[in-house]
Amino acid sequence: MAAALAARGAGVKDVLLLERDRHLGGILNQCIHPGFGLHHFKEELTGPEYADRFVRRVEADPGIEVSPRSFVVRLTPDRELSYLRPGALEEVRAGAVILATGCRERTREMIPIPGSRPAGVYPAGLAQKMVNIEGWIPGREAVIVGSGDIGLIMARRMALEGVKVRAVVEIQDRSRGLARNVVQCLEDFGIPLHLRHRVSAIRGRDRVESVDVARVDADLRDVPGSAFSIPCDTVLVSVGLIPENELLEAAGGAIDPATNGPAAPAVNLTSLPGVFACGNAFKVYDLADSVTRDSELAGRLAAGYLGAGA
Amino acid sequence: MKRTLTCIECPKGCRLEIECDGARVTRVGGNKCPRGDAYARQETEAPMRTLTTCVLTRGLELRMLPVRTSGPIPKGRLPEAMEAVKRVVVTSPVKAGSVVARDFLGLGVDLVACRRLNAL
Repeated sequence: MAAALAARGAGVKDVLLLERDRHLGGILNQCIHPGFGLHHFKEELTGPEYADRFVRRVEADPGIEVSPRSFVVRLTPDRELSYLRPGALEEVRAGAVILATGCRERTREMIPIPGSRPAGVYPAGLAQKMVNIEGWIPGREAVIVGSGDIGLIMARRMALEGVKVRAVVEIQDRSRGLARNVVQCLEDFGIPLHLRHRVSAIRGRDRVESVDVARVDADLRDVPGSAFSIPCDTVLVSVGLIPENELLEAAGGAIDPATNGPAAPAVNLTSLPGVFACGNAFKVYDLADSVTRDSELAGRLAAGYLGAGA
Repeated sequence: MKRTLTCIECPKGCRLEIECDGARVTRVGGNKCPRGDAYARQETEAPMRTLTTCVLTRGLELRMLPVRTSGPIPKGRLPEAMEAVKRVVVTSPVKAGSVVARDFLGLGVDLVACRRLNAL
């Protein structure tokens, strides 16, 4: 939305905004906690409120056509797009394309956690969607693996909903999340944070029954004899995010294998002329406000490429 | 008495050094802005938090509506507030800022919707 509005502001006449979901706003809609907008709006908003500010501006702009429930299945190097929407497969050719596809969660399978494969192991962001959008509570007693902001935010969210959050387990010697989230999400609710520990096994037959937790040394190897067990029926995995660039990759754009972001000389650029990537699709940001700032730049870059307003 | 706190007003997370005489704050250091000073005093004297959560809906586009208190409430009353939230069901369309429950729990703040939800 920020890129679309900035492109319009820079003179682009015709913007098509393709959204997979029924509503605009993306991940902001499930991020119901406050902390958004301090830079961009100079006030503290929740994710849905932050999104709502942009939705209203987008809807008020006759030069932006919004197509919800539209799933892009193909992008070509000369900027032809195919997308599915209810009842139709549409084809469109764009002068410039901005990919604002966000990122995906790293999953349990991407980190080594031995043990069985019972139900009750969720990526933290998926659990966030279940609780905040669908209204389901995923379990009664939870352990959270990883102390990134999503893990911390979900620890508080689950605790508020009456789930016993037994522990947050972080392999590094400090939380990867913001200091304010350690305070207001863990300390406020008396949730223990085990730094320099890792979940060494998930146990359970049909459903998670417990996790084994072990202390690790400076080389991240288990310290013998340090393991203990925490009973729980749910494990939330919050171990990082990966930029989503399948469309760019399929179009032949260069991808940095280390980050899965576009391989590019500067922010928002890709190896394909006229194709830009912004926000978490380009690199994973800590703050939504920074995504907005750089996405606005992407909108202006696309306008410049099109020679708009010239 | 001296204590340190991590400020939660913004993502900077300043380390606040607070000197107090009983429950009264006499000096605040380490803050990079005036909000840190105010937070240190409030947190020492009577900690407050803004509650954000979701309430059930009936007949609207989504099953859950994100809501927040229009201002901070005493931290100790969060569990009671969550119990009260569970009894709220929203059945009419709302916009961001629509009041869902006025003077929530008599705390002088409203429970307000954080997004628009139309009828199904």
